Amino acid sequence: MKGKTLLVLGAKSDIGIALAYKFAKEGCNIQLAARNSETLKDDCSDIKIRYNVDATFHEFDALDINSHESFVSSLPKLPSIVISSIGILGNQKENEKDIHKAIEIIRTNFEGIVSVFSYLANDFQSRGSGTIIGISSVAGNRGRGSNYIYGSAKAGFSTFLSGLRNRLYPYGVDVITVKPGFVRTKMTSHINLPKLLTTNPNKVAKSIYLAYKYRKNIIYVKSIWKYIMKFIQLIPESIFKRMKL
Amino acid sequence: MSLGKNKMKNLEIISGWGLYPRIQANIIKPKTIKELRDAILSNSFIARGNGRSYGDSAINQFNTIEMTEFNRFLHFNEKEGLVIAQAGILLKDIIETFLPKGWFPPVTPGTKYVTLGGMVAANVHGKNHYKSGTFSKYIKWIEIIDHNGEIIKCSRKKNSELFLWTIGGMGLTGIILNVAFYLKRIKTAWINQSKLVSKNINQTFEFFESNIDSSYSVAWIDCYAKGLNIGRSVLMLGEHAELDDINSYKKLSPFKTFKKRKLSIPFFFPSFVLSNFSVKIFNSLNFIVSKISRRKAIVDWDTFFYPLDKILNWNKIYGSKGFAQFQCVIPLSVSKKAITEMLNLISNSKSSSFLAVLKRFGQDESHFSFPMEGYSLSLDFPINKENLLLINSLDEITIKYDGRFYLVKDSRMKKKTFESSDLRIKNFKAFREDNLSKKFRSCQTDRLGL
Repeated sequence: MKGKTLLVLGAKSDIGIALAYKFAKEGCNIQLAARNSETLKDDCSDIKIRYNVDATFHEFDALDINSHESFVSSLPKLPSIVISSIGILGNQKENEKDIHKAIEIIRTNFEGIVSVFSYLANDFQSRGSGTIIGISSVAGNRGRGSNYIYGSAKAGFSTFLSGLRNRLYPYGVDVITVKPGFVRTKMTSHINLPKLLTTNPNKVAKSIYLAYKYRKNIIYVKSIWKYIMKFIQLIPESIFKRMKL
Repeated sequence: MSLGKNKMKNLEIISGWGLYPRIQANIIKPKTIKELRDAILSNSFIARGNGRSYGDSAINQFNTIEMTEFNRFLHFNEKEGLVIAQAGILLKDIIETFLPKGWFPPVTPGTKYVTLGGMVAANVHGKNHYKSGTFSKYIKWIEIIDHNGEIIKCSRKKNSELFLWTIGGMGLTGIILNVAFYLKRIKTAWINQSKLVSKNINQTFEFFESNIDSSYSVAWIDCYAKGLNIGRSVLMLGEHAELDDINSYKKLSPFKTFKKRKLSIPFFFPSFVLSNFSVKIFNSLNFIVSKISRRKAIVDWDTFFYPLDKILNWNKIYGSKGFAQFQCVIPLSVSKKAITEMLNLISNSKSSSFLAVLKRFGQDESHFSFPMEGYSLSLDFPINKENLLLINSLDEITIKYDGRFYLVKDSRMKKKTFESSDLRIKNFKAFREDNLSKKFRSCQTDRLGL
């Protein structure tokens, strides 16, 4: 990992910071990007001192898509790996009434990341190397009445990653789709999560590191989710629409 | 007693490392300065690190503020060995980060699972107090959040009174936020250890005094020895090994030691496991093994400084009722007399101390820290009626000889005992009154009337 650089988009999220520490521990230099990025200063010094790697922080707003091209070109170095842990869960009930809120969720979870990933993908393609890692969700595997705004944004994102993987394969650029399932983070702190199906940010970071190392395509952090989602996808729509999910 | 402003939200039953007493407390775990400031708006609170103080000194029923999220290194100056770090960082992380660069804490307590803030609040000492003093000697400055939520930087030069009362001040002057402290240079991660086995208390003290030039010294006392054997000990001396002291294989990477498996106690031991009988056998066996084993050895830093850390939750071996640790220091001129009296008392009682550790302290000037020139004895007792009575008698002997107690170990002392042990208490109370820092309080301060 020595000499490689990881860019974390959404570095303030629990998964984002866990990823930065995991990759830094393996010897990777770190670029942290988020809104109000100056609060990441202490994390940068901590990473530098603990792991003897370089760490920098950068201002980045997923929703401000006009800034993305200059964001990518202003990075001190084109990263070897980029991970987005950007995501907002929102509230389905609220989204049904306030359409602006719903659009914001779709823009943050889908449009914003597609935009910045596309600039990076072009640069990675011309360089002929790199890894693009997107944190999607099992919620994108099938639309459920209780969470389909978030789900549809993630479904779009998963499909985008799949197409990008297909397009960049000949150029030696890897694309990894991560579906963590339930993760205990700030984003889910208000929800009561079933223990068996829930993991934590450090475990997510560890499996993403392994997925990077072994050049995987799509990973489920907890493998039980793979089977749950396979089963849910098998249910015929005529039955599925009647179910309370 | 004043109630916190915040509604009780996150109630948990917590305890110190001794698992006694157990108290229901409202736990707050701030992640940012803003969250920390919000917590301070209440009327009664105490900071807590990794919960390694033995009793109730880091517990406040209304607001116990866990500082473990503040665990970052902010700066390192490689020329001077100066580290600036947030107070919630573990000593373990400090060692793991800087040992590979050739630096080691100049003073360390017997476990590496303490936080930096805790080390300042208790002003910890090590097996080298007679040579190196307490941890505070290596502190450049501290940043504290006061009762108004203001961040105040203090050092020996700036806000010096606040600085001097904060070191060893048990978190009662404010919440320690950041600490700038110095590490010391070492050449290897190894320690040249030598063992001396003494026949009785006289020889134990002779060994300490004749090895006063040694960097580290500590004695493990066989509490079961009787009559002429009272005070027989295994004394361990240590020096940081130089490059030439270690073999050519270790020389390849002198700061690397080998990972050891950690043991963990899966459940509370039933009380008969540590019965008087088994402890007696353990003590005697340990003594005999030490007597016949090699006197000199090269051991890694972890084995020398943190032998108990090998068993992750060794506090469970005393059973579910927990245990109390007693640690006192006795002035040099009467150390031997007082400690002999204590050992006689224990040996004639039915109680048992699994661990009995004797250390030499040097001179120490401080506002409220524990050490003074003399000898410090620490003992562990499982919680039961007889043992609590026995510890009260040990308290009395300590006071009779003008000794004092280590608050970070205490969980059961009486207010009267505490007050007659330390003339400095009055000044500390006055300082707390003047500086409006009475909001910082723990179950221990309420018990001791501090």
